[in-house]
Amino acid sequence: MRFLFKTDYEDDIRLFPHSGYVVSYGLLLAVLLIAPYLLSSYLMSQLVFVCIYATVGVALLILTGFTGQASLGHAAFLAIGAYTAAYLQKYNVPFPVYFLAAGLLTGCIGALVGFPALRLQGIYLVIATISFAFIVEEILARWESVTNGNEGLRVKALSLLGVTVSRDSPTFYFLCLAVLVLTIVGTLNLLRSPTGRAFVAIRDSETAARSMGVNVALYKVKSFAISAAITGFAGVLFAHKLSFISPEMFTLQLSIEFIIVILIGGTFSLHGAVLGAIFIVMIDPFLTYLKDDLPGIIAGVAATFGAGSATAGNIQSKVAAFASLNGLKGAIYGIIIMLFVLFEPLGIYGRWLKIKLFFQLFPLYKRSTFKRQKIYVKSERNR
Amino acid sequence: MLDFVQQLVSGVALGCVYGLIALGFVLVYKATEVVNFAQGDLMMLGGFFAFTFIGMMGLNYWIGFAGAVAAMALFGMLAERIVVRPILGYPQFSIIMATIGLGYFLRSVAGMIWGTDDFKIETPFSQGVLRVGSLVLAHDKLSVIAATVILCTLLWLFFNKTTLGTAMRASSENMLAAYYMGIPVKRVVSIVWAISAAVATCAGVLLAPITFIHSNVGLVLGLKAFPAAVLGGFGSIPGAVVGGVLIGVIESMAGFYLAEGWKDVAPYIVLLAVLLLKPEGLFGLHARKKV
Repeated sequence: MRFLFKTDYEDDIRLFPHSGYVVSYGLLLAVLLIAPYLLSSYLMSQLVFVCIYATVGVALLILTGFTGQASLGHAAFLAIGAYTAAYLQKYNVPFPVYFLAAGLLTGCIGALVGFPALRLQGIYLVIATISFAFIVEEILARWESVTNGNEGLRVKALSLLGVTVSRDSPTFYFLCLAVLVLTIVGTLNLLRSPTGRAFVAIRDSETAARSMGVNVALYKVKSFAISAAITGFAGVLFAHKLSFISPEMFTLQLSIEFIIVILIGGTFSLHGAVLGAIFIVMIDPFLTYLKDDLPGIIAGVAATFGAGSATAGNIQSKVAAFASLNGLKGAIYGIIIMLFVLFEPLGIYGRWLKIKLFFQLFPLYKRSTFKRQKIYVKSERNR
Repeated sequence: MLDFVQQLVSGVALGCVYGLIALGFVLVYKATEVVNFAQGDLMMLGGFFAFTFIGMMGLNYWIGFAGAVAAMALFGMLAERIVVRPILGYPQFSIIMATIGLGYFLRSVAGMIWGTDDFKIETPFSQGVLRVGSLVLAHDKLSVIAATVILCTLLWLFFNKTTLGTAMRASSENMLAAYYMGIPVKRVVSIVWAISAAVATCAGVLLAPITFIHSNVGLVLGLKAFPAAVLGGFGSIPGAVVGGVLIGVIESMAGFYLAEGWKDVAPYIVLLAVLLLKPEGLFGLHARKKV
């Protein structure tokens, strides 16, 4: 393992603590840049969704992971971004302008939501953000002159510098990737600045942060605004990718999905947002694949263990019938969430860190390094 | 005027439905500080159990009702043992996510077992109306109001007058201290989940003639009951019912007097307004952390 010799306070907040980071992230970026020429168009499409979900995940991490303010209303921010883009596009506003306008508008609305949220905590904040999302959803369905109501809006392909960029082209993927990378780098910079440290201080203890001179109200509103603005940017890309938006796409279900992204990825690091996004986008095709192929595989295994061909065929049809049951996907979804909360609360990135540490310390690794403390004395009511 | 009273009464009946589900939220929160997002789905499952006993096996309504309540109480204990107990003591956020996961699971499994159709339970109150002057009250709605009042009173007495209730309140404030005082915290948590699942089942069975039972009924009603609990101040039993009735009345008034579309949003707007003025809800305890 590598030992870092720090001689300066600057060493603590470097973006790349040592050359290994530059090499590994450089390689990752290179792979992502040549991906469109290697992967099938279906996988590319999924990769675009990964970029969009990861951008929202990063936004949610700023608010929930680093400032400690839970939100189940991010689908509404995404919707505001998407609808702003679709509306402005009708008046031939160029892409860069409405992209920024969507972010700005969503950011302002995020700040407006942040003000009432100042006094709310825990479960009250969750329900306030849910209420906000419901109200936005209803406005989108009713304000027909702007949003076209439940019939939805068609979004034209975006044109960048006079060139039309179709939603399946590599250029669109590069655009989404660029937004994601810029968001991540920007967020990393934000988090190592005084603002980011204030966010973390508020998450860890509001009282302590206030007594150290952190303006809690200001930073909470800032956190809401930044998180909402990034989600708004992602919303523009989301609208272009889907090319059609309607209110029923931005329901509570989507907000829960975003929370699951950061929960499964890991809420303590930006890696979590990306890993969680990969997980949530890829689980659908993976389950479909299992549904199609698993019955055959199980029957094959049964046959190798001496089952007759009739029994094997029987098993195959039974497993296939089970796999095509309605709602199996939801059940698997639920089980995955519960398993992660119960057994891997640090998420996929936490698991990766554990594996890495295991090999770095090889014979000396001990499980309790990552043990979380249970607190039985604190009541969240007296906070 | 008559319209107004009729809307008021049907709003109160609807609100009692929300209040009944909200009671379950409040119970679990009051005793363990866990917010159970699967409460609506427990209600849905209770309704399906009752449907199985009454509609499919042809048992007497009351026997089926009791059977469903007992079965769901056991199920509540099981869910607590598997999903909640290992993460007691972790931040609230993890527990909320776990119960959201549980909700997903229950909804899908119920859909797989009973299908996605609407089911109806024949009850003694299904038909018949009570006429007071020119007011018309359906018996099924009256039964919900009566059950809410009875359950609310019983639970309030239970929490404030019995030893077990006091133990539950104690363990919610500080599990460790309660444990040191000789309270078997694990068993207390287990019992409270059983009670809340039983209350949810009562709600599910009483609602069956009004809303029917289908696998998504828990999600739909749970999302209305949740604001009711918050409005009343999470953790207050009378608050849950008052919050539920408020939400129900607002919803039915908005549906009658305002333009289409307000009906679904009005409760949330009122909720946000109340939270702005009183962040702890109407009956919530206001507490500050001592440093």
